[in-house]
Amino acid sequence: MEFTLPAIKIGAIAPELILVCSAAGLMMLDAFAKERGKTLLPILSIVGLALAMVASLKLWGKSEVTFAGMVAVDSYRVFFNIIFIIGALLTVLLSMNYTPREEIDRGEYYVLVLLATVGMMVMAAGTDLIMIFLGLELLSISVYVLAGFARGQLKSNEAALKYFLLGAFASGFLLYGMALVYGAVGSTNLAMIAETLATPHLPARVLLMVGVGLLVVGFGFKVAIVPFHMWTPDVYEGAPTSITAFMAVGVKAAAFAGFARVFIGALGALHPDWTMVLWVLAVATMTVGNLAAITQSNIKRMLAYSSIAHAGYVLVGMVAGNEVGRASMLFYLLAYTFMQAGAFGVVIMLGQKGEPRLNITDYAGVGHKYPLIGVAMAIFMFSLGGIPPTAGFVGKFYLFGAAIKAGYVWLVILGVINSAISIYYYLRVTVVMYMHEEGEEVLAVSRAPAVALALILTSVATLGLGIFPSWIWEPVQKTVNLLLG
Amino acid sequence: MELIDYLPIFILLIIAVLFVGGTILVSHMVGRRKYGKEKMSPYESGMIPVGDARRRFSVKFYVVAILFVIFDIEVVFMYPWAVIFKKLGVFGFVEMMIFIAILLVGFIYIWKKGALEWA
Repeated sequence: MEFTLPAIKIGAIAPELILVCSAAGLMMLDAFAKERGKTLLPILSIVGLALAMVASLKLWGKSEVTFAGMVAVDSYRVFFNIIFIIGALLTVLLSMNYTPREEIDRGEYYVLVLLATVGMMVMAAGTDLIMIFLGLELLSISVYVLAGFARGQLKSNEAALKYFLLGAFASGFLLYGMALVYGAVGSTNLAMIAETLATPHLPARVLLMVGVGLLVVGFGFKVAIVPFHMWTPDVYEGAPTSITAFMAVGVKAAAFAGFARVFIGALGALHPDWTMVLWVLAVATMTVGNLAAITQSNIKRMLAYSSIAHAGYVLVGMVAGNEVGRASMLFYLLAYTFMQAGAFGVVIMLGQKGEPRLNITDYAGVGHKYPLIGVAMAIFMFSLGGIPPTAGFVGKFYLFGAAIKAGYVWLVILGVINSAISIYYYLRVTVVMYMHEEGEEVLAVSRAPAVALALILTSVATLGLGIFPSWIWEPVQKTVNLLLG
Repeated sequence: MELIDYLPIFILLIIAVLFVGGTILVSHMVGRRKYGKEKMSPYESGMIPVGDARRRFSVKFYVVAILFVIFDIEVVFMYPWAVIFKKLGVFGFVEMMIFIAILLVGFIYIWKKGALEWA
């Protein structure tokens, strides 16, 4: 039997390799180091992530497919890598003071964060359904464990179990969808799928359509779009807050990376078929997310519903499907990373051990007592609500602009109405923060220099992206060509 | 790939269902039935049960089971690798060493963390 080895280009997967090696190194450090050595864990993970960032940036502008059509080296992937690494870096910063406070500072925490980031990168790089599934599983299994990391707390256990059971179920849907698409087309390679679908004669159309439907369910679960969002509030509320931030920014972006490459790239020929489904899902996601967020009293649950609504906005860009739509999705996901991670950073900053006071009304007086935190939270809330001059406004502007260009006027109208609704509950947080009744006890701020650094970075980035969007909008234009392998 | 290509599998499925269903039906209609105490016990010719299986197990069993799966999979990969070892050459050797090194990191980790100690 003769066989040829696939082309191996180590440079093409350098970011992933760096992170895997860092994770292995951290595991060894955790196993052998004494107590003092363990304080190095977060610092070393930051170093690993920074190196991976450098390695990713080196791949910018390239356009090739290696590993037998399994791995794409394109700007789309690099841009997503930047989003994932920024998300992971912010998570590490948010965790440095949070995990000791909650007494969950075990070394596996950072190992799992790094491995989950590798999973995200594999998802963004994969040009084969198998690769995308592999990345998704690596990501999901790490995050299942992280969600239950506060194992002394019942809520954290509940979050992990719920996320695991429902997530495993959703993975099943995704895999079954991939199997049916493979059955209909005869290949798991995205380029081969696109090629087969481009021919006018579609084989086994029913099989294909059922498969595509199951793919929507699988990806929809991971990005938390309605009606596959049920797990989100419970899991986001129960998981450690730093991990909630990680899930809201990283996992969502990773799932969108795979979602867009498969649907816009490989299944682009079926755009008329799936666009209507996603249209309905986008409207449902925005509406349910925003309306449910209004009634929430717990800030973590409110932010969970807000993250559902934001998945709906990003979906608008996917429905548009044109080049502007694709670019604005990436821009929005980057902007969203900063504002959402920042909002969770404020929650961590104002929390005490066990986080007993998470009600929005508990934030009364915070704005007067700690003006800087108040301003930072106001920036994040304005940005999430889409008020200029913040990143959230520019991102929504691009997304809705793309949809108008593609002719989805009603979708944009519904999106703008939703955006207006959302301003109510985002501004409520700001209003409560600056309201203070006599005799009421204002939340104490915890000593957390790393979280403070994360808050400074995210609020500056949120404002920066809002005032100078072209700095990112120019390079993001180069990412619209999806390689398929 | 056309759906018609899967026809043999479908035929096999139908034959399997018919065979199983038919056998049960025939033995149900033709066979004689005699019930007794022994006949109705869960394992007719096995040991006499000593208590219930629904009790609490030590969580350590699960840890061992999970660790077993990991190293079991390692061997699953090593068999086909060994079969074509010569064809793969140096490349295959290096790849396998990397694979084993990664698993070794995990092994050292669980050892150091005390997952292999039963006490």
